[in-house]
Amino acid sequence: MDFTFFLIQALNGVQYGLLLFLIASGLTLIFGIMHVINLAHGAFYMVGAYLVWSLTGVFDSFVVAILASIVCAAALGWVIERFLVIHLYNRDHLDQVLLTYGLILVLNEVQRMMFGSDVHSVAVPEAVRYSIPLTDMMSYPVYRLLLAGICLALAVAMYWIIQRTRLGMWIRAGAANREMTASLGIDIRRLNALVFAAGTALAAFAGMIAAPLSSVYPGMGDNVIIISFVVVVIGGIGSVKGAFLGALAIGLTDTFGRVLLPEMSSVMVYALMAAVLLWKPNGLFARA
Amino acid sequence: MTTFKTSFSRRAAVKAAMAFGVGLAAAGAMTATTSTGANAADPVKVGLMLPYSGTYAALGEAITNGFNLAVEESGGKLGGRDISTVKLDDESDPGKAVQNANKMIKGENVDLLVGTVHSGVAMGMVRAVKDSGTLMMIPNAGAGPATGQLCSENVFRTSFSNWQPAYPMGDVAYDKGYRNVVTMTWKYGAGEEAVAGFKEAFTKRGGKIAQEIYVPFPNVEFQANLTEIASLKPDAVFVFFAGGGAVKFVKDYAAAGLKGSVPLLGSGFLTEGTLQAQGDAAEGILTTLHYADTLDNPKNKAFRDAYKAKFGKEADIYAVQGYDTAQLFQIGLEAVGGDMARKDELIKAMEQAKINSPRGDFTISAAHNPVQDIYLREVRNGENVVIGVAAEDLSDPAPGCKMATN
Repeated sequence: MDFTFFLIQALNGVQYGLLLFLIASGLTLIFGIMHVINLAHGAFYMVGAYLVWSLTGVFDSFVVAILASIVCAAALGWVIERFLVIHLYNRDHLDQVLLTYGLILVLNEVQRMMFGSDVHSVAVPEAVRYSIPLTDMMSYPVYRLLLAGICLALAVAMYWIIQRTRLGMWIRAGAANREMTASLGIDIRRLNALVFAAGTALAAFAGMIAAPLSSVYPGMGDNVIIISFVVVVIGGIGSVKGAFLGALAIGLTDTFGRVLLPEMSSVMVYALMAAVLLWKPNGLFARA
Repeated sequence: MTTFKTSFSRRAAVKAAMAFGVGLAAAGAMTATTSTGANAADPVKVGLMLPYSGTYAALGEAITNGFNLAVEESGGKLGGRDISTVKLDDESDPGKAVQNANKMIKGENVDLLVGTVHSGVAMGMVRAVKDSGTLMMIPNAGAGPATGQLCSENVFRTSFSNWQPAYPMGDVAYDKGYRNVVTMTWKYGAGEEAVAGFKEAFTKRGGKIAQEIYVPFPNVEFQANLTEIASLKPDAVFVFFAGGGAVKFVKDYAAAGLKGSVPLLGSGFLTEGTLQAQGDAAEGILTTLHYADTLDNPKNKAFRDAYKAKFGKEADIYAVQGYDTAQLFQIGLEAVGGDMARKDELIKAMEQAKINSPRGDFTISAAHNPVQDIYLREVRNGENVVIGVAAEDLSDPAPGCKMATN
């Protein structure tokens, strides 16, 4: 591999890692703050992709469709929290797994009833529908770069909100000690609903902006949920910073694993997870 | 945690025991009703064990529609017997394949078991009917061993073997002047068998495979491998992908700028049912397959019109395969006057059958796989346009099949 291709592969790895971060961040947020294991996270990713696909047809604009889809996804998250997840806070993780697994089945079936089993695609917005030539043969789609930029911006925004704002302080306090935070007069129920809605919207948003790169098809969320959990476990459950580094590590490992050790490529990310867990059993940035 | 665990397991155990008891009672009732009599006035019972949910749901539905259309066209009967069908969702889960097949064979007592799309599930079904001797027809799954190593008297296939549509592309690629080709597919049975077929024909002529790339199934992150292809600079790329993965691969391939410089070849499933989603990115892709929507013959036209009139959507290759499954069964049943007890004669008639299919006439090989033309197609204006016949009357070599050697 010469140096140019090494650089391109590194770019591929970082770009893939950033997208993984976006998908996994909502998962780690919901777990870290609400202590809820949300298996339906991948299904929310699928919901986002289908929302933007159908709304692009309605609004005829990708950006407007995304904005509308975010509102819909957040509303869906809010409703699910209010009527279903709210009963789980004092229950065991197994009950949470059962409910959220049930949600996967329900959402998949609703998807099939509403949109059928065909494969769809969302067009890349006109303004960024070109590629930058990198070598005589290879070029890089601008949309992928834009995607990486959006993911990076969101990572910074999340860090800022959680570490630097009053809302973030409440969220961190709620995560550390729920009873104490509530007794200080903070409405923990509303905070939970907000976080769950935000987590849902993040997963859905990942599905939305990935839709033009990928395709929109039934069960697409099932493929991302496993890798999302790997990211979250490597990063330390509940840590956004950990999820960020974990996602980048996985993106790079997966990319270079495919090229340098193709026979091993399917196990590389899991080997990385095992290695990290041997070294730090609670992940890179586990909360104490 | 421990207290919870024990209480849960106790509750679960009670529930499971209750469910099991109810299940047993239901199974008893089911066999009781079906075993009361199987005389000629009863309908022939066909079990459709297909994916009715999940990624392959559209395929299961098309196969079912095709099958029903053929039955309806001959007045709701095949070989003078009424046909009743039972449907079972196989969930494309190989882990449940044998159990589900036995539900059809023993629970429902079907005369013919039709299934399925997923190769792993189909192999489980083949194993189940090997024990029971039930007649089985595969309307899609291309796993080589089903009509190869594990071929069996009572198992027929009306679709293709994975080798079959890919092999002729090796010759096409060589004739186009390509000498150095990269192959890429998911690391799973269908992909590996298709690549092996392509490679066999291509290297026999003197072509060279620069690299065989395998991506874990069903991973759809291809960017790293596309970069690798660009660094290898091959004459062409041969791939096997289907469904959502095929859409993503074709779009990624174009977005990476490879479309203009390295021609993309594929087993036909790359551009089946995916063209609308692939859009411009698919233009110019060459594929080989035993069917094309645009195939110009009267049977295909009539079939497509009837299908559209009845189901309100365009027919596809899976519908054709479902249709031909019923057609082949009809030939067998007619030969024995609808008497399922004369199974040996029925099988013999199906072995000698010539099926008038929308894909063109085909016959059945000694290993019970179709002997059929493979068409060369090019994507033009969002359609698979047939530009020639890549291989005439192509028969799968059926390695390891005892029925094929004598």
